[in-house]
Formats: sequence, structure tokens, C-alpha cells
Amino acid sequence: MADIETPVLGEYQVIPHIKQDTMAGSKPYIAKPEVQAGMGFPKELVPDWENVAVKKLGDLVSQSRALQVFLDSCVKCGACTDKCHYYLGTSDPKNMPVARQDLLRSVYRRYYTFAGKFFPKLVGARDMTKDVLDEWYTYFHQCSQCRRCSVFCPYGIDTAEISMAAREIMDTVGQGQKYCNEILVKVYTIGNNLGLPGPALANTLEGLEEDVKDDTGVDVKYPVDVKGAEVLVVTPSADFFAEPHVDGLIGYGKVFHAAGVSWTLSSHASEAGNFGMFIGSNKDLHKVAKRIREAALDLGVKRIVVGECGHAWRVAYSFWNTLIGPFDFLDQRYPIPQHICEFTYDLIQRNALKFDKSANDDKVVTFHDSCNVARASRMGNMPGGQFIIPRAVVRASVNKFFDMAPETIYESTFCCGGGGGLLTDELLDLRIKGTAPRMQAFKEVVEEHGVTHIAAICAICKAQFTKVLPYYKFPMDTIQSVHGLVSKAIRLGPVNE
Amino acid sequence: MSAVTLIYALLFYLATAILVIGVTRKIFIYARTPQPLKIPTAPAPTTRVGVWMRMAREVTVFESLFKANKWTWLFGWVFHLCLAVELLWHLRYFTEPVWFFVPLLQWFIVFTGFGMVAGLLGLWGRRFLVDRVRYISNLSDHLMLALLVGIGASGLSMKYLARTDIVSLKAFFMGLMTFNWQPLPANPALLVHLTLVATLMIVFPVSKLLHAPGVFFSPTRNQVDNAREKRWVAGWSAKIDNTKAAGN
Repeated sequence: MADIETPVLGEYQVIPHIKQDTMAGSKPYIAKPEVQAGMGFPKELVPDWENVAVKKLGDLVSQSRALQVFLDSCVKCGACTDKCHYYLGTSDPKNMPVARQDLLRSVYRRYYTFAGKFFPKLVGARDMTKDVLDEWYTYFHQCSQCRRCSVFCPYGIDTAEISMAAREIMDTVGQGQKYCNEILVKVYTIGNNLGLPGPALANTLEGLEEDVKDDTGVDVKYPVDVKGAEVLVVTPSADFFAEPHVDGLIGYGKVFHAAGVSWTLSSHASEAGNFGMFIGSNKDLHKVAKRIREAALDLGVKRIVVGECGHAWRVAYSFWNTLIGPFDFLDQRYPIPQHICEFTYDLIQRNALKFDKSANDDKVVTFHDSCNVARASRMGNMPGGQFIIPRAVVRASVNKFFDMAPETIYESTFCCGGGGGLLTDELLDLRIKGTAPRMQAFKEVVEEHGVTHIAAICAICKAQFTKVLPYYKFPMDTIQSVHGLVSKAIRLGPVNE
Repeated sequence: MSAVTLIYALLFYLATAILVIGVTRKIFIYARTPQPLKIPTAPAPTTRVGVWMRMAREVTVFESLFKANKWTWLFGWVFHLCLAVELLWHLRYFTEPVWFFVPLLQWFIVFTGFGMVAGLLGLWGRRFLVDRVRYISNLSDHLMLALLVGIGASGLSMKYLARTDIVSLKAFFMGLMTFNWQPLPANPALLVHLTLVATLMIVFPVSKLLHAPGVFFSPTRNQVDNAREKRWVAGWSAKIDNTKAAGN
């Protein structure tokens, strides 16, 4: 895309006036027939797809109280209209959460409500047509399912649920999204989102062991498929590849080493991410998650720890017990599953780790709350632990830390702009514009406190920031893994030496 | 018995039946529809008591709306509060003797009629003045506000301009409730007021007014954040059986 225009950041965030259809041309590639077939979806738009779509919508609504209540309850109060980062970044009114919901609600009303059946004009009800389907395809792929709107809605309406339903309907009629569905096929055939086969994974991990040995002189292990290990670590496959992700993985290994806890990765479940959630498919959500139960049983581990991945932590924290529980075969004394930040935090609390924060003195750090961690999960045993614990881990590793503006962190955090299955090149324009509110808040702490780095605990955030930061004139390596910071500061060897 | 009395008697039986049956049906649907996954908007309470408190804050002080937009909150909260007081005040037309707290409300009802209309006009103003809210407004959203403003204005007009015979009015409604029909005073403002109220009752179960029961069923607000501690299953997720599939 040649015509990408990076938003100009001002003194503070402004709420733009609506500009209709500015993003009408932004849509992801449609999945090819063979990918659709690999997922068990129709290869192309099925005959009579309008009725198939309407029927599927009815089925989904009858199976989800959330959808049923959310579609009925909206009063169009406008509370959410200025809350979506994609609206703030693009000014396209269809990126206002309520307007996005209405793309689907209008069809629900037409076919499933008295008012919509008999007075469609009055309540804005619409027939299911190709134009409507295409509009769904365009705008339900401009939602990162970050749930920021649901924080502010007086009825808790969560656009993510509606966007998932719309994507499920589109898959059902044969108009799937290439990026998400290809990734799911890779998980099923190779084992992870990035398509890294088992032997390559083993090689990568051996290489890491050598690097860490060169760096620290300590034999830190990065084991895979070790039966009888105490802990199974499930992490996004991005951690096996690129900066800054891999620094995080190196950090996990060092923490386990320092704690003296045996651990292993699994080549069968070499991916924490679960794109089944993004496409709203319960079947795939379950199928992808099941690999982790299988790996845990096969390896005979006692605990499961999840690496730095936002939506994976949502699935793990909120859905695993439902999808792949009960976990009666694991050690009940620990949280099941446990986040790597909880694991590290617990050791810090017990003074079991030794840090030299000055190793990170070249950095002034802020923390980006990843949407799925912030608004769809928890850490620790108190509400809001998901904000406190990762910050505590960062602060244990760095001397200089500043938070961004309060209205842009914690549960009000802005999405990185690439979540929810949108982290694909053809959506780069959207991703650059959608990250504008986050960049605005970041720019403010850069100017005010001289912040140099932004730490995150999500593979999508890290990949997205690596790509979009340069458009805002920030260096690519501004984005850091939280456990990358831990990795730098942690001192290995006996703690009391 | 006059035609007016007959028409309004039948209208209110019909409106009450539609309201009660329609809303009960919807509540039944909400209660019956499973919520297969845990989706509370975090940070969420970790106990059932905590959820009650969250819900109580949501429906009494509109906590989320307050976070979202202070003007919408102000207009919306003033409207709902005044409406609630007015509804309780109107109990005096349906109860004999009136319940103990109803007379105490006379200190407030001086303000509530105006407060209700003012709040509504504020909300309506946003539908014209704020481009984002204008964009999302359907004709039905304007009509709903018109209906409520009409109810408030006709009520106020009876209070301050053309007073109606409230003793006869009470006799009419008490009569409706005991199937011992009494004549309805044919005051034009009263007839407008009653027509609009009956209309509101009739559209309630098929309109966005369902937000009233809906909020209590909203999973992002009414679920306890205890997914790790307690296995949650419902609907399709209740059919999952991992024990055999995992082969252990």
C-alpha cells in the first residue's frame, strides 16, 4: 500500500468528527478454497448463502446469552462512540463500536424481532444482502476484539462477541479470512501459528542455550518434550523467532533456572495463541486448546505456565478450565494455568531472584497493558492483579519506570492496533491508524519523562509495535518483552553469593 | 359508562398484558439462553457478593456510563432517577392505603417532573448536536424520546396548568384492578398522558427499553471472575468431555 498516511500526533488525544467511508476500502484477503477446506468451511460462497447466514445468526444468538442480551439492549446512548482506537485513528463512523454492532444488529432485527419484521425503516433493520455481507467483511475485520468499548457501555455490551459471531457466520457461508484461517491450518498441520516444525524448534532452542552460555557463562536450559518436567511452558511461537519476543523466552528460561524448577516446552503444543477465538469458532477454540491438555498429560507435568501472549492468556485464564478442564491431574497448590509474570512475581516476593537493575539503566520504561490481559483475564488473587503484577516484574528489573496517562492504561488501555486477527500486511493502513491513540499516550511520556522503551506481554503487541513504531518516528526496538527486561537484569547463580 | 372510559379501560388491560407477558417472555429467554464461556469485563469481582455490588452500582449510579461520558451520564441519570421517583409517586393511584414511603416523595416531586423532561431534552439534544450520536440515531430513537417527553410534559401540564380530578382517576385505576369499572375523568391532558403511557407499555417488550431487564443478564457484568478456581460450563461447553478424548 503506497498511500498510507500516518496520523499526525498532536498535543493530546482529540475526538475526531466523523468522516464517512474513510476505511471502506480496508479489508483482509479472503481465504483461498484450499484453506477453507482445511478448516472444514465451505470453499466459496454457498448457494442460498443469505438464508444460511440468517439461520446461523439465529443459532448463535440462541446459544449465547451475551449475544442475545447485547443485540437487544443497546439504547444508542453514544457512550462507546469515542472509545475505539480504530474510530479515533480513522474517523470512519462504522468504527464506532455501536455502529459496528449495528451492522449485525440491523440484520438480527430484520429477521428475529417484531419491530424489525414489521417496521424495518423505523429501527434501521436491513435485509441480508451481498452489500451487507461485504460491509461485515470490511468492518468486522477492523475490530481487534479488545473490549475497550465494553468497559464504558452501561450494559456491558462487548463488541468483540458480536465481531466473533459475524466472523463465524462469514466462515459458515464460505467467506473466511485468509490470515486467521491459514494460521489455524498451520496449527493443525505443523503445530504452531508460524509453522515451525518440531526439529527446527529443537535447533532454535539449542542455539539459545549456546547464546545464553556465551552471554552469562551459565548453563541455562531451554528444554523441549522432556517427560516428567515439573512445568509445561506454553508460549506464542513468535517467542522462538524474532526480537523482542525471543528475549522474553530467554528470560523465562533464566527465571526457571534461578528458581531451580524443571520445565519443558512441547512440540505438540508449541503455540499458546488460539485464533479459534478470533474467528468466533467454538469448535476451533476447543480443538486448538485441547493440544495443551494432551501435551500436559503426555509429558506428565505438574503445572502449566503460559508465556507472554495477550489473547492466549485470555483463553488460558478464562476458557481453559471450561474447554480442557478439569485439571485434576495437575498440582492444585498452584494456579492453573499460571502466567509467567505470576511465576516470576511470586519468586520476587519471596526474594528468590536477584536483580541488577542497573543492567537496564540505558532504558526509561513504560508498560503497555495488552487488551486481552487487561480486560479479559486476571493475574494473582485480587481483581486488577493483571495491572499490578507485570508492572512489579518490570520495576524489579529497571530503575526508571513511568506509566502513561491513566485514561490509556489499566482497563482503559488502548489496543496496539493489531490484535484480533488483524496482524496482516494488507491491513497495515488500518494498523497504523489504529495504533495512533497508543502512540499519542506514548509520545506524551517520551516528551515528559524521556521514556525510551515500551514493555509488553503480548506477541501480537510486540509484532505490531515493531512494525508500526517507525511510522511514528520511534525506533523499532522501542518495544521490549517484559521478560526481556528480566533477562537483562537477573543475576544467575546462588542468590546469596 | 362512557366510550372514553371503555376505550381506556380496555387499552390499559391490553397494555398491561403486553408489557407483562412480553417482558416475562424476554426474561425467560435471557435466563434460558446459556452463556458457555466466562467473559466478565475485567477487572471483575471475584465473589458473588462483589458481583451484586457491581450490578448495584451499575443500575443505581450508572458506573460505566459515568466513566464514559459525563454529559450523557448527567442527563441519563437525572432522567432515570426522576422517572423512578415519579413511578413510585404514581403508586398512590394504585394502592389504598398508599404505601408508607409514598407521601414522603412529595418533597421530591416538585423537581422530578421537570428533571425528567430536562434530562430527556439533554439526551435528545445530543442526538442532534454530537455528530457521532446523530450518526447512530434511528427514527425509533427520536420517537422514543418524543414519547417520554410527551409523557413528562402532559404530566406537568396537569400539575401546573389544567389540574385533573385525581380522586376520580384513582377510582378509575382501582376499579380496573378490581374489575369494578369506574368513570375516567375526560381531561384532555390526562387522556394524552394515559395514551402515551399505554403506548410505552406496549412497545416496551419489542424495543430498546429491554435494556432494563437486559442489564441484569449481561455476562460481562454479572459473571464472577473465578474461572481458574471453579470450572464453568453451560450450553455447548457443558457437552465437552475431555476425559475420554485425552485417552488417559
